[in-house]
Amino acid sequence: MYMLTAIGSLTAMGLALGGVLGVAARLLAVEEDPLELELQGLLPGSQCGQCGYVGCSQYAGALARGEAPVTLCTPGGKAVAEQLAKRLGVSVDLSDHVAPVPTYAFINEDLCVGCTRCIKECSVDGIIGANKQMHTVMADNCHGCGKCVEVCPTNAIKMVKIPKTLATWHWPKPQSETLH
Amino acid sequence: MKFPNIQDVSDRSGPFAHTENTVQRTMFTVLLALVPATVLDLYLFGWPAIFLFGVTVGSCVFVEAFSMVLAQRRVIATISDGSAVLTGWLLAMTLPPWAPWWIGLLGAVFAILLAKQPFGGLGQNLFNPAMVARVALLVSFPVAMTAWVAPHPLFTDNAPSFNQAISITFHSDMPDGITAATALGYVKTELSRGIPASQSVYEYGRTINMTSYTPYAVNSAVGYKSGSLGETSAFLILLGGLFLIRRRIITWHIPGMVLGTIFVFATVFNLVNPDRFSPAWFHLISGATFLGAFFIATDYVTSPVSKTGQLIFGFGVGALTWVIRTFAGYPEGMAFAVLLMNSVTPIIDQYTRPRLFGRTRKGDPLPVEGK
Amino acid sequence: MKTFPVRGGIHPEYRKELTGELAIERLPLPERLYIPLQQHIGAPAEVLVQAGDLVAKGQVIARRQGNISVHHHASTSGQVVEVTEIPAPHPTGLPQATVVIAPDGQDVWGVLPAPIADPFAASPQAIAERVAESGIVGMGGATFPAAVKLNLGIQYRIETLLLNGAECEPYLTCDDRVMREYTDEVVDGARIMAHALGAARIVIAIEDNKPQALEKITAAAAAFPEITVTPVPVKYPMGSERHLTFAITGRETPARKLTADIGVVVHNVATARAVHQAVRFGRPLVSRVVTVSGQAIAQPKNIEAPIGARVSDLIEFCGGFSQPPERMVQGGPMMGSPLPGLDVPVVKGTSGILALTALEINDRPSDPCIRCGSCVAICACGLTPVEIAARIRHDDLDGAVKLGVMDCVSCGSCSWVCPSHIPLVHYFNYAKGAVNAKARVDQKTERTKTLAEAHNARLERLAAQRAASRKPKAAAAATDEAGA
Repeated sequence: MYMLTAIGSLTAMGLALGGVLGVAARLLAVEEDPLELELQGLLPGSQCGQCGYVGCSQYAGALARGEAPVTLCTPGGKAVAEQLAKRLGVSVDLSDHVAPVPTYAFINEDLCVGCTRCIKECSVDGIIGANKQMHTVMADNCHGCGKCVEVCPTNAIKMVKIPKTLATWHWPKPQSETLH
Repeated sequence: MKFPNIQDVSDRSGPFAHTENTVQRTMFTVLLALVPATVLDLYLFGWPAIFLFGVTVGSCVFVEAFSMVLAQRRVIATISDGSAVLTGWLLAMTLPPWAPWWIGLLGAVFAILLAKQPFGGLGQNLFNPAMVARVALLVSFPVAMTAWVAPHPLFTDNAPSFNQAISITFHSDMPDGITAATALGYVKTELSRGIPASQSVYEYGRTINMTSYTPYAVNSAVGYKSGSLGETSAFLILLGGLFLIRRRIITWHIPGMVLGTIFVFATVFNLVNPDRFSPAWFHLISGATFLGAFFIATDYVTSPVSKTGQLIFGFGVGALTWVIRTFAGYPEGMAFAVLLMNSVTPIIDQYTRPRLFGRTRKGDPLPVEGK
Repeated sequence: MKTFPVRGGIHPEYRKELTGELAIERLPLPERLYIPLQQHIGAPAEVLVQAGDLVAKGQVIARRQGNISVHHHASTSGQVVEVTEIPAPHPTGLPQATVVIAPDGQDVWGVLPAPIADPFAASPQAIAERVAESGIVGMGGATFPAAVKLNLGIQYRIETLLLNGAECEPYLTCDDRVMREYTDEVVDGARIMAHALGAARIVIAIEDNKPQALEKITAAAAAFPEITVTPVPVKYPMGSERHLTFAITGRETPARKLTADIGVVVHNVATARAVHQAVRFGRPLVSRVVTVSGQAIAQPKNIEAPIGARVSDLIEFCGGFSQPPERMVQGGPMMGSPLPGLDVPVVKGTSGILALTALEINDRPSDPCIRCGSCVAICACGLTPVEIAARIRHDDLDGAVKLGVMDCVSCGSCSWVCPSHIPLVHYFNYAKGAVNAKARVDQKTERTKTLAEAHNARLERLAAQRAASRKPKAAAAATDEAGA
């Protein structure tokens, strides 16, 4: 008899709580679209395409649908990946996320023929120059997407590592301690 | 340009000076503080107590080593930090001295495999391993865990011989009619029989196997009473505790608060109704109060890190101990009180962080005066 | 004078007896001097000389750029060999633009600015300007341009100049020696700085373990009623600017504010001496007193070394090593930074060169944290290092910031006291750097976004214009077709 009461009450509770959860899932369901816009807002918006999607909005869409990992944005680096993970409420292990070495484009002035293709390609207007005149990258504006390298007909553009300097250096994270 | 004599040394920032203190040194100082009380008690309870003590400490070390092997971590380094020895030692101090060997072994399993290693080992456990083991044993084997005996000092006539001790410890062959209640247990039983506490606390001394009647307080001073190892030698434990404070291993905050709280509660209620409530001195020297206050509640891992937090923690342990002893079914309450307070330690820690220099309690910068 | 008790603190092995009673010795001129363009917090100075130039002692060889920057001067007379990049006295040993000078051995001062005859009649601006021209930085090790701090009198009402003679770092005795041997210069420099700041009161705070310095400074200051000399208890980190201010005034500097916000400016005693030299004689900062110590040094010394002398020159002057050092450290053992080698120069912020043995450092592999709470008890800032480090270890920098990691002064007491030898302050140094780096990255991302938006807007505008110009034609074509 006691056993029956126990089984009965637990079943009843299970059904009731399960029902509440089911109803809540319907009523409180969130539309996905605002999320997509919000994620897009977190991305750099330079449409560089290094994530493998056509542009930032497409990547944001894939993120919102849960189809893409948060670590794809190269220019955004670890900082953006963290923000995305936070917004999406996913946990992501960034400790061994190898941050791509930040680079900027450098134009070899001897090879540049002044075709302006790179200027048209650059999504942050980081290259100055005119037709038949040598082009130069404004290093401060360049965010290292590398799209200009691909379109250069004379291979005059190289991605150069941003040098490590005393001004930007900081202590590295302590190496894993010898814990037993 | 090359600079052969330049080497990047940015792997470790300062300071390039460190204290002499280590985890190992801390643990061994605590063990050292326990030695006088332990030696006296092992003498008082003889070979069975020595066997059980050895089994308990040995099992803890063995189980810890075993779990290190399972986890594929460094065995020797872990054992040598001394924490397993200390856990086993403290557990042995709280067991009935003539309990069978498997109590010690099971206790070690509870302490290390249940309370310590699943949380990640040293420093990670939420509950005091020795107390988890004691409580788990108490609820699982209530008879074996309350089979207290009066002292049978080594080299005296009524002391069990080596061979008798082997049958007591390893064959669970306890001589008949030898158990004797602990002080707290005695008073509780007498209360239920209608004998007032004001009378029984003084009579307790008569119950144990002594040649002549001596007051209970004197018995405690020489450790001559029934109970666990940590209970009988209350005064040597107190000395060990003061030694730890002097060596700055612990501070006065937790033990002071535990003892003070028990003292205040017991005194106030004793004044109101001395027949129902035992006096403060009785609470302090019974039930391993000093062991709990100086050695168990002060366990670094399971007590709060800030001084304020430690005061709150000490108050909670003291108050709960008194409440459990006075109103609950068990005569002894220290282990339960410590475990209950262990469970709120993270919350205490969260709310008792010190105020940041230059900031208000809430964390906002202090206002600039005159602006 | 009554002092106020500072929270926490530690008592490390001071080991000041290695050099405390040794008079300051002058370093013989080395063969080459290496003077970096950045020896201070702020923008690097702009180099004014090139290879082959002859320079006089005290001649400006690099000019400050921007407000927070200082001049640098030739430490002796000679010829510029080259302006090149050599490793900086920094843990990484990264290269840094440096002027290399070959001394001519004359060591004669060039044309110096005229002494300010009566500094107390001069305007505060004139004093600050002279300090700026003389390349003086905070010589306690922070290397913040001193003139900027002297100008705080303009913006804030400064009541007290607090002269920091605490020297709480173990080993270091350079400030102690300066106070004992150049007592009058220190006192005079302090009075000049107080005048520049408009501060009515000067407090000179010296830790109890320097009785001779206390005695000498007290005697020298007796003539000046505005000066109070105060012994402060021996406790690390007593010399931390905010904590010393609290010990003296009983007032906490609000977080993210300056001590000037509560009417106090703190300067180091050696800075006061440098100000005295600059104002009274027009001499720029071209040398400093360095404590060379540690048990791996054959003969520890207090050395007055020209800026730009190499660490190896100083070690050689001390008779070399008595045993191979485990670590070379610039500054004190608590807050100093490891040196990448001996070929780096002594700069304006080099208070000590320590060659430490493994025994002195007493480092060992970390054990698990046992939550003993020592770090919480000794933190002078009221932080909970145990919790903050746990968050940083799990890359929760936001959590660490919430618990106040940015308020950490990196004094290192928690790492010192930890029985498990967990490198707590290294975690905090990392976190502070990483948070700042992240802010820079965020800023760059923001900038990229703005640029990209501007770029897209421009493209759309062009497209719209093109569409607009195409429309009439299209409409015309449509009519043609309809007609046909």
